[in-house]
Amino acid sequence: MINLFTQISKYLNIVIIAFYTYNAFRVFSLTDKDKKDKIYRKMKRIIYLFHFVCYVVIFLNTSSLKVVELYIAQVAAMSIIFAIYPWIYSNISKFLLNNMMLLLTIGYVMLTRLNFDKAMKQFAIATLSIVICIVVPIIIEKIKKLQKYGWVYGALGIAILLSVLFLGVSNYGATNWITILGFTFQPSEFVKIIFVFCIASLLSKRQDFKYVVVVTVLAAAHVLILVLEKDLGGALIFFVTYLIMLYIATSQPLYFFAGLGAGCVASYLAYHMFSHVRVRVAAWRDPWKLIDNEGYQVSQSLFAIGTGGWFGMGLYQGLPTSIPVVDSDFIFSAISEEMGGFFAILLILIYISCFLMFVTISMKIQDLFYKLLALSTLYMFQVFLAIGGVTKFIPSTGVTLPLVSYGGSSILSSVIMFSIIQGLFIMNQDRNEKIEKKRRKSQKAKK
Amino acid sequence: MRKLKRREENPKKQKNNKIFSFHNNRSKENKENQGDTSAYSEELEEAKVKKDGKNREIIHITYMFVGLFVLVIGYFSYFMISKSNEVINNPYNKRHDLLAEHIVRGKILSADGKTLAETVVDDKGNETRLYPYRNMYSHVVGRFSKGKTGIESIENFHLLTSNDNAFVQIFNELSGEKNIGDNVVATLDTKLQEIAYDALGNQKGAIVVMEPSSGKILAMVSKPDYDPNEINSNWEKLVEDKENNSALINRATQGLYPPGSIFKILTVLEYMRENPDYNDYKYNCTGEDVFNSVKIHCYNNESHGTVDIKKSFSESCNTSFANMGTKINMKLFRELCDSFLFNSNLPTNLPYNPSSFTISGSSNVNEMPQTVIGQGKTQITPLHAALITSTVANGGVMMKPYVVDHVENVNGTVVKKYMPEIYKTLMTPEEAQILTSFMEETVKTGTADALSGKKYTSAGKTGSAEHQDGKRPHSWYVGFAPAEKPEIVVSIIVESAGTGSAYAVPIASKIFDAYFK
Repeated sequence: MINLFTQISKYLNIVIIAFYTYNAFRVFSLTDKDKKDKIYRKMKRIIYLFHFVCYVVIFLNTSSLKVVELYIAQVAAMSIIFAIYPWIYSNISKFLLNNMMLLLTIGYVMLTRLNFDKAMKQFAIATLSIVICIVVPIIIEKIKKLQKYGWVYGALGIAILLSVLFLGVSNYGATNWITILGFTFQPSEFVKIIFVFCIASLLSKRQDFKYVVVVTVLAAAHVLILVLEKDLGGALIFFVTYLIMLYIATSQPLYFFAGLGAGCVASYLAYHMFSHVRVRVAAWRDPWKLIDNEGYQVSQSLFAIGTGGWFGMGLYQGLPTSIPVVDSDFIFSAISEEMGGFFAILLILIYISCFLMFVTISMKIQDLFYKLLALSTLYMFQVFLAIGGVTKFIPSTGVTLPLVSYGGSSILSSVIMFSIIQGLFIMNQDRNEKIEKKRRKSQKAKK
Repeated sequence: MRKLKRREENPKKQKNNKIFSFHNNRSKENKENQGDTSAYSEELEEAKVKKDGKNREIIHITYMFVGLFVLVIGYFSYFMISKSNEVINNPYNKRHDLLAEHIVRGKILSADGKTLAETVVDDKGNETRLYPYRNMYSHVVGRFSKGKTGIESIENFHLLTSNDNAFVQIFNELSGEKNIGDNVVATLDTKLQEIAYDALGNQKGAIVVMEPSSGKILAMVSKPDYDPNEINSNWEKLVEDKENNSALINRATQGLYPPGSIFKILTVLEYMRENPDYNDYKYNCTGEDVFNSVKIHCYNNESHGTVDIKKSFSESCNTSFANMGTKINMKLFRELCDSFLFNSNLPTNLPYNPSSFTISGSSNVNEMPQTVIGQGKTQITPLHAALITSTVANGGVMMKPYVVDHVENVNGTVVKKYMPEIYKTLMTPEEAQILTSFMEETVKTGTADALSGKKYTSAGKTGSAEHQDGKRPHSWYVGFAPAEKPEIVVSIIVESAGTGSAYAVPIASKIFDAYFK
């Protein structure tokens, strides 16, 4: 009976999430606000339904009351968040809010299945992050001077990265963890945001060649320190983010391609200089040959994805815990194994829909600084690295899947980024409304 | 009035602005409202100034990212559709045992439809894996418990996957019954396996019989063996191995032996490649000779008199071959042996040991005389010897060996078919033809003449591999039949038995006789 429900639920979940994804994309073709709101409400209900189905399966398989408690707490937190955000910000993007909550929920479900304690922690940190981030949109909207401190951001970012380099602790081969007052966290997650602010601010001021060279040196310094910390994924993310922002700010394809060329040369050098780069590449090219050592993780990940097949094994029916670091970097494989390949593709599509929303928001913004902030290619590229790495499409770089993977720093940083974009959306909407009001007033006055 | 109405529509439009179309709205309004009251127009002016053409770049980036993700999804789907089956069917994948909870392991059948392994479920639901032929297939079919081996290991995933009718499967799932796993049909032929198994008798050794045109393994025997039905009770004895039998080892794929004279197939090929005038080759064999500072003698110091290249081969004249060895470039010889898969992986998923050939351009010339006659440090597995022989039989093309023909569901519908695959063309058809004629001569007048006068023609090479002082040599024979249009290849080794002619050739004769009956 338990098995039966587990089996049915895996098909059900694929249908549910397919329906969600369909609606997420449908929004883009709609202009009518009421219709859109209707879809947003539908999406919200789907999240609750998906959450419910998964926790029933988890409960049936564990018979643990703690699971029920966690479920109730999560539903409560979710309801409050869904109620409070639109109450504070009438112009909030419900699309982004829904997607953020769905991605978090997928993470909760998978983590509860993998490791209950980590799931509790993740839930606590995520909820706390969202509560803290309520102020982010106000900050974005009210503090107009944010774009003036480009060099300060740059200096701060470099300082943090350097301190990690010298004081940091190694974890999974990369020295990018730091412990303060008993809390271990990954400062590079926050430097990501500072970096985006830094580059957006600097490049929105001037785009002449000399200036661009100086900014590039600053960005390269970030990348270099990350390489020295052996945080290859981080280095790559910063590098690509910078190239894209540079291209948009300067409209110079030449910069972009020159940057890509430089990146290739740098990768080549890195390959020959650092053994840990060679190890990753070797494990990517033929994980089966190195299955006992370097290739172990990727092979296990492919076993998981392959054995799960298109429809998955069903929650608790697979063996995702055989993949090292499955709860953070390799959570995509666990999702694919137990929820199915179709589900995994839908998850990618949901990320794409988020990205399209970022693009839409960014395009509507006039100010270059905010435009660059809103695009947030940083997180999208991270999604690409995370999924590409665990599916052996590209060498594994050990980055988290934003909002889904376990990890306090990663969650907080992703929530902050979503909130910033939320703030930009709200700012833009408020501004439109203001203009509209004034225009109407002036029309009336004219009459 | 009309104007007012339009104005009223506008805010709505603006709030729900369509993607990408906002700018148009805005600029229209811009024109429309120019000259309006101060605060508003100022703001618009500001917007106008800051507005720039960055959206084109953003669209480029969007395409790039969506493209990247489409590639990821494409690769992911490609993996799922055409790669995953092969990937997950890996003994390292620990997930197989999970499947066993929902599936009754399928049968392993021979090419002629006999059951080689099956799972029997009793009334209480206990499952037992049975091997009706007991010891006969202990290595190639393998065992199920104590670490899966053989076909049980390489086809584990398919045996634990059910492709039965979907309705039956759902019905079984609902009623809590296990589904029946797919059956694996091997390329093995019970008749040949039985003949080979009996022919080897109580001797230690191995036999591989394969089809050269496809790479199908028709029989694979390794002795000493064990009964996989009794593996649990006999395990400790087998591991302890007091009699030094190594019964758990599949000698056919894992046993490394000095090749002895069967190696001359490669030596003569290299000699011909380097010396186009090989037809004029002459050597006077006195049963013993010294090359560099190494003394080489023919078997039992038999003197073969004046021999040409063919006679050297068919009589397996060691001194003549050692003489040829002085005209062979060591570096090129190494390249030839490497191309024939020495020191590298064999194209098979059965567990095996790679053969080794250690001569290189920088080796001492004194190593050559022993090496060219198949002694020295060279080691080979019977399967590898079968592959080299098949390459000759198949006109120079080496096929990948395989033991599983197809997978079918419980009702006999084929689920997956394994097709013959070419590994590589390793010699020209002319070279294969010449080698065949040499090997035919061996059967007609040479060391394998026990095979002459049969109703089928055949070709081959014997070997008597010295391996330890005071012990009789390993007895080798590799060959194929019919010589003109080869249908089967045999590779036989009988450990410490004596000459290839005396012990391995009679076994080949039994196998060929049975095949061509």
